[in-house]
Amino acid sequence: MMPAVIELPRTAKPLHLVRFDRKTRMLHVVVMATFLGLAATGMPLLFSEAPWARVLAMLFGGFHGAGLVHRVFGAALLAGVVFHVADVFWRAFVRGEKGLLWGPDSMVPQPKDFADFYGQMKWFVGLGPQPKFERFAYWEKFDYWAVMWGTAIMGAAGLILWFPVLASRILPGWMFNVALFVHGAEAALAIGFIFAVHFFNGHLRPGKFPMDLVIFTGSLTDEEMRHERAGQYDRLSRAGALSGMVTAAPSPEEKRRARLVGTAGLTLGLGLFALIVYAVVR
Amino acid sequence: MRIRIGALAAILWIAALPAAGQSPPKPPANDDCVACHDATATRPNGRSMAVDATRFEASTHGPMACVDCHADLAKLTEFPHPDKLAKVECGSCHDDVRSKYRDSIHAYGKEIVGLSVAPACADCHGTHDIKPRTDLTSRVYHTRIAETCGSCHTGIKDRFDTSVHAAALKKGDDKAPSCADCHTAHAIQRADTDKWRLDVTAECGSCHAQVVDSFRRTFHGKVTELGFSRVAACADCHGAHNILPASNPASTISKARLVTTCGKCHQGANEQFVKYDPHPNPQDYSRSAVLWWANRFYWVLIPGCFGFFGLHSALWFRRAAQERRRKGGAA
Repeated sequence: MMPAVIELPRTAKPLHLVRFDRKTRMLHVVVMATFLGLAATGMPLLFSEAPWARVLAMLFGGFHGAGLVHRVFGAALLAGVVFHVADVFWRAFVRGEKGLLWGPDSMVPQPKDFADFYGQMKWFVGLGPQPKFERFAYWEKFDYWAVMWGTAIMGAAGLILWFPVLASRILPGWMFNVALFVHGAEAALAIGFIFAVHFFNGHLRPGKFPMDLVIFTGSLTDEEMRHERAGQYDRLSRAGALSGMVTAAPSPEEKRRARLVGTAGLTLGLGLFALIVYAVVR
Repeated sequence: MRIRIGALAAILWIAALPAAGQSPPKPPANDDCVACHDATATRPNGRSMAVDATRFEASTHGPMACVDCHADLAKLTEFPHPDKLAKVECGSCHDDVRSKYRDSIHAYGKEIVGLSVAPACADCHGTHDIKPRTDLTSRVYHTRIAETCGSCHTGIKDRFDTSVHAAALKKGDDKAPSCADCHTAHAIQRADTDKWRLDVTAECGSCHAQVVDSFRRTFHGKVTELGFSRVAACADCHGAHNILPASNPASTISKARLVTTCGKCHQGANEQFVKYDPHPNPQDYSRSAVLWWANRFYWVLIPGCFGFFGLHSALWFRRAAQERRRKGGAA
């Protein structure tokens, strides 16, 4: 039996559907800008033996300037993440929004994600069709939780290193050693993950190359959604919720700005990634 | 042809000698000099001007003539010579040393500022009794050099004498550092510049390699490696001349003094604070189990993560390329 699919009206121009609200897009820009700033100001210390380390530090006015910028960006990133977590809790528990902590719209890993991962592996090797992904695919949830985990760990370690005397009221001094080690190791993981894995999955992979503007413009076409989010598309169309998501197409100005921000982020990130590769293989 | 011109020139030169009327002055031999500068020789003011010929002959310059160094006397005909002689120019032979000395703080004091106590060659090496620095009796022999430097830098020497390095030197350990090992012999620089403070880490590391390696893992070590000196380098915690092992209560890093030492920079440092390890080694379980486990954890997590997603991306890329070919390059 055919499901009761409510088709969107066919138009000459593609219809645009909302994927990210304004708050989410702003949060992504904050995370993106602070992450790049943190990487650029932290890498001189993490790779202090690399020939470019001092040059990069001098771009921020030396050790003092780079340290200051690092702390400002770190505080901004922490503030952004704390705001987001507070917002999620407020929406879930105060406003009683449904589907935030569990379900197809939730960031919490669902049984379907594991099935999707298995299906995607089969598709990779030609043993099956590509899974019908829901609103957030398993690799996107991994990205999200990586940011959460990374910010929590690095934020805590960073604050210990920022205020060691204060921290020593509750922690023994050798925790500074652990904090510095963890901050550096987690940084290497985060930088590598964002500039290689996230960039590939989100922007550089075939079909998205050179970049996916959806995180900047907030909307995608119904055509895109039907292909990439088939699970979500089917679910919403069955529920008759698609037409409520139709939004205006991004203006040329909006697209231009999105491309500019995206290009700047990708270029800076790949540049920093190249410095790391150079430092490691040298 | 060339030989004939050479022979002609020689003949002409020999022929010209009597024509000049007088022979060039014959420089005085060492014996001529010692004839006056004997053991009892004094200036009118009573100061000795004796030259101990035996000691000179035993010195490293023993085979040389007096006038090789006192070069202005080589052409003098009238003796006794004037009181004031030209300064001996050691650099006319020791050119490499001269160029190092010229950039030193000692030369700056001597030649630019005009400081009478700033040393030139003879103040450290002596004059007529100079021995090679490998000679046990040399003023600059490894275990004696501190005494030589200390003849001016008395305060530093007093402090150095109490140090673990001086104790090792006294025991005859010729690997223990003396003044010149850190400060160099001739190119001595001000020790209060940022550059010097950072560069000397390499000197400490020339013996304490592992200690400097572990230091480089710390925030202090990384910032100083970048060439910024706001944070602690070796001497800021260990002291410079009075370095002592932590087991010695007088040491700046002894249990009793550690809070004060760390507190120089970290105001409010306490007993908990100084449990920090300035020389950590994540591979050494006995030094810190937590750090060891953190190291293990990330050594699994980081390669695991990149390995997994590297493969994931590669497979995705391959599959997407296949799809694209199948669709005939569309989309």
